[in-house]
Amino acid sequence: MLTMIGKRLMFAIPSLIGVVIVTFLLTRALPGDPAAYFAGPAATKEAVEQIRKKLGLDKPLIEQFFRYTNDLAHGDFGNSLTTGQPVATEIRNRLPASAELTLLGLIVSIVIAIPLGVLAATRPGSWIDHLCRITTTAGVSLPVFFTGLMLVYLFYFQLGWSPAPLGRLDVFYSAPPTVTGFYLIDTLIARDFEAFRSALSQLILPATTLAIFSLAPIARMTRASMLAVLASEFVRTARASGLSPTTVIVTYAFRNAMLPVITTLSMVFSFLLGANVLVEKVFAWPGIGSYAVEALISSDFAPVQGFVLTMAVMYVLLNLVIDILYGVIDPRVRLEG
Amino acid sequence: MTARPLLEVQDLTVEFTTRRGIIKAVQHVNISVAKGETLAIVGESGSGKSVTSYAVMRILDRAGRIAEGSVMFSGIDVKAASEDQMRDLRGREVSMIFQNPRAALNPIRKVGDQIEDVLRTHVQQAQVADHGEKAIEALEQVKIVRPRERYHAYPFELSGGMCQRVVIALALACNPQLLIADEPTTGLDVTTQKAVMDLIVELTKRRAMSTILITHDLGLAAAYCDRVVVMEKGRVVETAKAADIFANPQHPYTRKLMRATPRLGVSLRDLLPEEEGALAAAPAEAAPAPTASAEKQPLLLIEKLVKEYPRQGATATLGKLFGRKPPVEPDVFRAVDGISFSIGHGESVGLVGESGCGKSTTSMMVMRLLDQTSGLIQFDGEDIGGIQPAAFARLPQRSRIQMVFQDPTDSLNPRFTAVRAIADPIMQLGDIRGRDALRTRCEELATMVGLPHNLLDRFPHQLSGGQKARVGIARAIALHPKLVILDEPTAALDVSVQAVVLNLLQDLKARLGMSYLFVSHDLNVVRLLCDRVIVMRTGRIVEEGASEKVLSDPQDDYTKELLTAIPHPPLQVH
Repeated sequence: MLTMIGKRLMFAIPSLIGVVIVTFLLTRALPGDPAAYFAGPAATKEAVEQIRKKLGLDKPLIEQFFRYTNDLAHGDFGNSLTTGQPVATEIRNRLPASAELTLLGLIVSIVIAIPLGVLAATRPGSWIDHLCRITTTAGVSLPVFFTGLMLVYLFYFQLGWSPAPLGRLDVFYSAPPTVTGFYLIDTLIARDFEAFRSALSQLILPATTLAIFSLAPIARMTRASMLAVLASEFVRTARASGLSPTTVIVTYAFRNAMLPVITTLSMVFSFLLGANVLVEKVFAWPGIGSYAVEALISSDFAPVQGFVLTMAVMYVLLNLVIDILYGVIDPRVRLEG
Repeated sequence: MTARPLLEVQDLTVEFTTRRGIIKAVQHVNISVAKGETLAIVGESGSGKSVTSYAVMRILDRAGRIAEGSVMFSGIDVKAASEDQMRDLRGREVSMIFQNPRAALNPIRKVGDQIEDVLRTHVQQAQVADHGEKAIEALEQVKIVRPRERYHAYPFELSGGMCQRVVIALALACNPQLLIADEPTTGLDVTTQKAVMDLIVELTKRRAMSTILITHDLGLAAAYCDRVVVMEKGRVVETAKAADIFANPQHPYTRKLMRATPRLGVSLRDLLPEEEGALAAAPAEAAPAPTASAEKQPLLLIEKLVKEYPRQGATATLGKLFGRKPPVEPDVFRAVDGISFSIGHGESVGLVGESGCGKSTTSMMVMRLLDQTSGLIQFDGEDIGGIQPAAFARLPQRSRIQMVFQDPTDSLNPRFTAVRAIADPIMQLGDIRGRDALRTRCEELATMVGLPHNLLDRFPHQLSGGQKARVGIARAIALHPKLVILDEPTAALDVSVQAVVLNLLQDLKARLGMSYLFVSHDLNVVRLLCDRVIVMRTGRIVEEGASEKVLSDPQDDYTKELLTAIPHPPLQVH
């Protein structure tokens, strides 16, 4: 198992190098001159040149690249030009916010989607099958900013059940000391239950928004793969052996049906992590997606590069976890490790 | 019958609700099985034999239901029983063995655990100290060596025959009174088939169990069963003692089935129904005799052909990449180990052997779908062995070697109509251009293979197995090939269809002067179609000679073993 993990990590190195090169070139190729942007609209030509020199943008591309990789090797992702903060710190602060939101959203989604998919597959054509179809279609066809705003309108503005959608914590509470970066966990570690309540109530609406959106792929995939497995011959054997319906569905069908579902899960997770900019915007969530988009708009290279690199690493790690999970579930995969 | 039968099926009708309305898969079937009796239900696909057995266990699909009649199993009315009651019955009183053992086992669960699941369901904890021990015992009884180790094996780690033993162990774990074996040996090699059938008979006889054997193979039914029920299109057409039914078949369908079964001492024409056989015989005799010796040079010459596969997968390559030491054991596996043979013009040669003997690998190399490791492949005087598989597809030689595949369904593109499938090779390599000309040629070919022209515009799923086989053959002969490789072309077909297709192949060969390389595991079929037969085992040729001689007087022990493993009907049809 350990050799397999090591091997997989080694395989990831070339792709990471590729990501570094491509992001570097891509950000250089983007329209917009950061020097001009920072000098401001009223700046003179000389002032722009001065800033350009200060940023090192007058050097040849190859030299800029080596300087960049050298910094990367030292854990220095550069400084954001807009905020002046080191990118590494910003990402370290913002990634947990996005991850916490995405994970919670995904957990809510899994808890609803998988039983829904399984039930729909075991009773095709029944009301629960139709419910599954309607829910997932509705969830995926409503844009997240719309569902987000709807939820805010309903639960904050109309009912007043949830707090103002303004970030991760109510302004009256201070952030817990960072252990994991997940407020829900950190507040519990700090035994600050009031803050935990606040963090949770801030999380519920955006997480629900994400969950509604990601229900569809998970539920549909669960239903489809359960249907395929239930029609298979080993399920028939299990039935013919008189095994109880629970054993047949859980031990025989569900475990086999999990394989494609896990793949879908990993895709949904990595997609949501970087792409839920709209949700982050609606709920003023200090996440990584909105950070990257803001940086991109202002031609701020360093955060964009840092973001892409972080996402690439996350993706590699996530794939590794999926492969390990696959190996745990399917012995045929284990053999090839 | 004096004693009350263990299973009594009376007037059973099973209906399926489909999009095209209600279909009666089984109609008014009466079957009874006495205690300790072995009954065979014989029929071709669609005869309702499997559906009958599913109805007995009440494991029909959602769409199917028992519409009429009754099923009584040792005093229990199966139709009226509650689902809980049925579940208790399944596996404990009645159990079932399925076709395709590997698919019948959960691929990601240890085989021991799967047996234990059944034990746990049916045997009270108090009665058995340890379910694990009991599962190992069950594995031991089906003669699996080292059962304690095999307990922890996954199905993919076991051979097909071994998997079927596990399925048998699973079925017999709780000592049921009735065992239903649904085509238990289809897809297994003959020697494995014999071992598995002997095992089933031995175990069930020892426990005084009743058995229902569902099969399409009359020989198998005759060799292992007391009584035979013949089914056709959902109805029972004949029920008789095994010995009687072969000596004196009453129903025309039974006679047709028996005629169509390939066996010793009959010719290809004998397989066809009486009236058709007489018709077909005339043109065949008029056809020119094979011109085997007319030309000196053989059409295909194979010398010292070797195909090696690396034993490890991607891991080994990776190891090398990072400078690891190569593994100590030899890292190649010889699938084909230096074989030599030749095929003359107009000759048909059978390549026989069990799965894994290298016969398919050989045919793939001749087709240039695979590159050989070493050796010579000479076709029509040209060395084609050196041509890269990828390049071969565009060369003119390609059109002279064609192939008919094993599975008539899977080898047709489901989105191509029959005419499109037949036209495909002509469009790739032929010289006929233009819609109408192509169509005319395809119709010509369809006539040759006996495919009605109105079926040409249908898609594969709208055709029967035999019709699909004809499309596959028409496609193969579309470019006037000199050599056709037939890879088990009839393995997926019913015996009566097989008889027709084999005769068709024989006629086409005589008419078009083609040579055949017939790859098969069925010695009886090979004997009918081939002049010469080559027996392969573990990549080597163990025996070679004229078909009649090899089959009537085998020299090699392995050939003898293969021949004795084939179940024979006790008597010949007159």
